[in-house]
Amino acid sequence: MKKSTKNLINIGLLILMFVVLYFLEQHFGRRSMLITVLKKGAIYALIAVSMNLLNGFTGLFSLGQAGFMLVGAYTYAVLTIPMAKRMAVYQYYEGGIINFTVPAIVGILAAGLLAALLAALIGLPVLRLKSDYLAIATLGFAEIIRAIIQWDTLGPITNGSNLLKTYPTFKSVIPVFAAATICIAVIVFLINSTYGRAFKAIRDDEIAAEAMGINLFHHKQMAFVISSFFAGIGGALLAMYQGSLQANAFKSSMTYEILLIVVIGGMGSISGSVMASFLFIACSEWWLRFLDTEMYLFGGTFKVPLMRSGFRMVVFSVVIMIVVLFFRKGIMGERELWDLFTPRRKNKEGVKQ
Amino acid sequence: MIMLKVTDLKVNYGGIEALKGISFDVRQGQIVTLIGANGAGKSTTLRAISGLVKPSDGSINFMGRDITAFNSQKIVAEGVAMVPEGRRVFANLTVKENLKIGAYLRKDKDEIEEGIKDIYRRFPRLKEREWQLAGTLSGGEQQMLAVGRAMMAKPKLLMMDEPSLGLAPLVVKDIFSIIRDLKSEGITILLIEQNANAALRCADFGFVMETGRITMTGSGQELLVNEAVKNAYLGSN
Repeated sequence: MKKSTKNLINIGLLILMFVVLYFLEQHFGRRSMLITVLKKGAIYALIAVSMNLLNGFTGLFSLGQAGFMLVGAYTYAVLTIPMAKRMAVYQYYEGGIINFTVPAIVGILAAGLLAALLAALIGLPVLRLKSDYLAIATLGFAEIIRAIIQWDTLGPITNGSNLLKTYPTFKSVIPVFAAATICIAVIVFLINSTYGRAFKAIRDDEIAAEAMGINLFHHKQMAFVISSFFAGIGGALLAMYQGSLQANAFKSSMTYEILLIVVIGGMGSISGSVMASFLFIACSEWWLRFLDTEMYLFGGTFKVPLMRSGFRMVVFSVVIMIVVLFFRKGIMGERELWDLFTPRRKNKEGVKQ
Repeated sequence: MIMLKVTDLKVNYGGIEALKGISFDVRQGQIVTLIGANGAGKSTTLRAISGLVKPSDGSINFMGRDITAFNSQKIVAEGVAMVPEGRRVFANLTVKENLKIGAYLRKDKDEIEEGIKDIYRRFPRLKEREWQLAGTLSGGEQQMLAVGRAMMAKPKLLMMDEPSLGLAPLVVKDIFSIIRDLKSEGITILLIEQNANAALRCADFGFVMETGRITMTGSGQELLVNEAVKNAYLGSN
């Protein structure tokens, strides 16, 4: 297939996706469970893909994602709360010290940029570490960021440990999908470029990559900064989705959730991460919810054992263990969805030999 | 013409002196080999030349330029490519992607495509396996890929670290005939081998290394018949 036809098909599929979304939203309503799950799923898809860029494609085992999301979310919220509402939001800090407001789109971009800037600074010392040490250091930085944001002295900017709210949000599912699609498309483009190939080379063999003339630190730094940029944007979108924001929600368990999505989808597969995000969100927010409520069968005479608040997480953990034991490469491994439809060019003679 | 001139090169790993001041030249268009036992410092020499470890003393001069302080990117850009020990192909990339990584520092897109075709002409088996992941290739094919990948950088000097390591005898023969072919095309080769016999047979010049020093030098033929070399490295055949 020619590249131009491929592009046309992709654009066609994207348009189709948005048309379907539009009709789903019209039919089920903006507050329905399906639409809610789609919104959150799209945001998690973006964040999971950004983490996959680092962990799956560049081989840098980083656990700082929640920290960069937090920076993005706060940047967005702090910058976009309307002036008229600031007094009420920052009630303990006399309205705060930021006396300007930017449009939502500028806020989202600023969220990405600030997260990227922070990543560039953190990357300087941290990216010299490898594997577990890198994971521990990034995890630590994420926790430090959370503590700093809740620090009372910074209250006039971050509102301390109080809620941030009344910043602009989205009502429809379309803008979320549009933002996530654009960001993921940029990441796909990057991964298929020369840089992406260099990332994968570093993942496979650092020494050989260096011997080929690839600057290890430069490329690691680049992957880290880009990944954090999109994590920041994902954080801003998540803040919009939630409607209010508190630093406490961005604990390391959030990073683990995203890591889980990446692993279930397949380290090194963009489409795997996207599918796993929607599956994960649908399961945790919707399909497995019934496990958390007590259930009576046979006209209320038989109480189903184990089903009570929290049981959902138990089932979830078991599912994860099964995935790790039997589907170690996740749903997609390193393949992409489109690989399944376009079989690799086979050389006939080559197969015979 | 002397292409590579190494003078009094010293490398320390922590407190251990891996290279205790070695000097040798590589002339353009020749195959030069470093032979020696494990731990003699052969690989360290290559690593120092390609900028992967920093020498503590001495100088490396390539084509009249001092490259001692260059990092590995600059050295590759100068025209020194390496086939690393143990092949080290990128296992999860396809054969073609591996070759493209070899041309990472080159910007001439059309010529890179030409270069890939050229590698396929040289190694038709790689063409057959173009879309296969490199990790699924056999040892011999991986070695071909490692050579092809290094060739993609358009090197003036190709350094090979133990290309025969872990390969079947017949494949080793193939590898050495590839090395001779490369030489006949005008590529200068610095070859490191434990298989001293095969290496000296195809080399124009050889250096014998022992615990961080060069202990003997001579043409390939001279070293092949040298009694001391025979006893230490060639066995009594």
